[in-house]
Amino acid sequence: MEYYLGIAQTIGIHALLGWSAYVLLLTGQLSLAQVGFFAIGAYVSAILTTMFGFHIVPALMVGALLGGFFAMLVGFPALRVKGLMLVVATIAFTQFVSLFFFNVHWRREVDGVMAGPDSTQGFREIRFYAANGWDTLDVTLFIWLFVLLVMVGLWWLDRSRAGAVLRAVGADDLAAQSSGINLTVAKVTAMTAGGVIAGLAGGLYAHSATYVDHLTFSVLLATFAIAYPIIGGIHNVLGTLAATIFIQGILIEGLRFLGDWRNILFGLLIILVMNLKPNGIMDARTMRAIKRIFAGGKTADSK
Amino acid sequence: MLKLENLSKHFGGVRAVDDLSIEVNRGEVFGLIGPNGSGKSTIVNLICGVYTPTAGSIRLLGNEISGLTPNRRLVAGVARTFQNIRLFDDMPVWKNLWVAQNSTEDANKHNLLRRWFGGAGSDRDEIDALLEFSGLGGRGGELAGSLAFGEQRRLELARAVAAKPQLLLLDEPAAGMNFDEIKDLAKRIKGLREQDMSIILVEHIMELVMGVTDRIAVLNFGGKIAEGTPDEIQKSSVVQEAYLGKPQDVA
Repeated sequence: MEYYLGIAQTIGIHALLGWSAYVLLLTGQLSLAQVGFFAIGAYVSAILTTMFGFHIVPALMVGALLGGFFAMLVGFPALRVKGLMLVVATIAFTQFVSLFFFNVHWRREVDGVMAGPDSTQGFREIRFYAANGWDTLDVTLFIWLFVLLVMVGLWWLDRSRAGAVLRAVGADDLAAQSSGINLTVAKVTAMTAGGVIAGLAGGLYAHSATYVDHLTFSVLLATFAIAYPIIGGIHNVLGTLAATIFIQGILIEGLRFLGDWRNILFGLLIILVMNLKPNGIMDARTMRAIKRIFAGGKTADSK
Repeated sequence: MLKLENLSKHFGGVRAVDDLSIEVNRGEVFGLIGPNGSGKSTIVNLICGVYTPTAGSIRLLGNEISGLTPNRRLVAGVARTFQNIRLFDDMPVWKNLWVAQNSTEDANKHNLLRRWFGGAGSDRDEIDALLEFSGLGGRGGELAGSLAFGEQRRLELARAVAAKPQLLLLDEPAAGMNFDEIKDLAKRIKGLREQDMSIILVEHIMELVMGVTDRIAVLNFGGKIAEGTPDEIQKSSVVQEAYLGKPQDVA
């Protein structure tokens, strides 16, 4: 049971990370900086709970807001670059954040024990859940509460004018601008919202892992973050969740029995999905099929 | 209404638009014609803010607008369509119009929270009216990218009109259309003119230009070579020379 709950936690955190990239993809921006914001959220919220005795909820909020703040700062210069150049610029940001935490040595005595980020040794004393008697099920439910909140929030966004504007910017930014949309506001808002979600995910990650170091926040993780919405498709918010379950639940955990062969199959399956479903697993066609199944169910009930 | 004064746009050594002055009156359909490369599209891009002019001024209702970004110019009252259709393909038809409702009037209709995070609600009435006007009534739920070519052109025009502009720039709106579609477009342009909208029409198809415009300016090499009513332009020898060459060249 613990094992499955652990997978559920990973899927929840990775889905949040994927959604932080999803918001940006709506505006046509491909960002590898999400892991940088994730790292900021992780370190900041862990510092607050571990070193200053904060409750986890306000600590997560501060981490998320700081993630959003730095995302906004990155958002303005990022307006000047597009496509591949944006990818390169955002990789640089993730590397910068990772190396920053590599160098942070800041420890203080808490209840007679030294705690805090210890540069190359990482940050090892994140024990909020254990110290407050939360078991694995509590933690899993806590994480999924945020997953549901963010999912409902993004679902709502997609039905609003703000969401339509983000998609319009992603579809054709010149046409959007000529239709009266302020590109700066749209892109920086998306960046900030993505930063908030990534910061939140980072805080949740740090507390369930109880240990973070700079190596966690790698370009590989950033690649995963954009892989979820790309493989899941940006047709709607469910795609990213479906892709996270597919990759983390099935490819990474489900195929563990294959040993080293897993990596080969992993790559193969991604190529297969990209070819069979170029617009993502949850593209317009899949959604129509799902709706048909549900509509079919309804008519059967009414008989 | 719109006043271009000594407007120039140079790309390196190329003088795409050179020292051009044009005035368009309220409720007027103004035609811009000229051979390929004469600067028509550059003028459209200058007026709606894709390019900044090298020199000269652009005034709308007396206000200088040449320093504004395209989105600010839309709010100031300039909307456009594109020479090659640029819709939001993966979005439903009605949302293409919804995101374009950015006039000051629309922006102030609801408070910020209601405007950005509320549903379409009362905006739908206006959108449905626009769809009806465009002959796309009842098709609002389809994806813009799945419409036929002529329907996409009509949707793009509707999107520009959704912003309630004072001045509408139509960049070759009839390109690729058949005869019936052109007649239909002419009717629509006349309808917009009756709503007191000023329209600048850039077009190669003379049946359309001569049929709907009040005045025409003829461009060649970035400058204006003639201006007048459709009748005057058709009789002008300068215009015939620009399009066909001088008679002695042929001989």
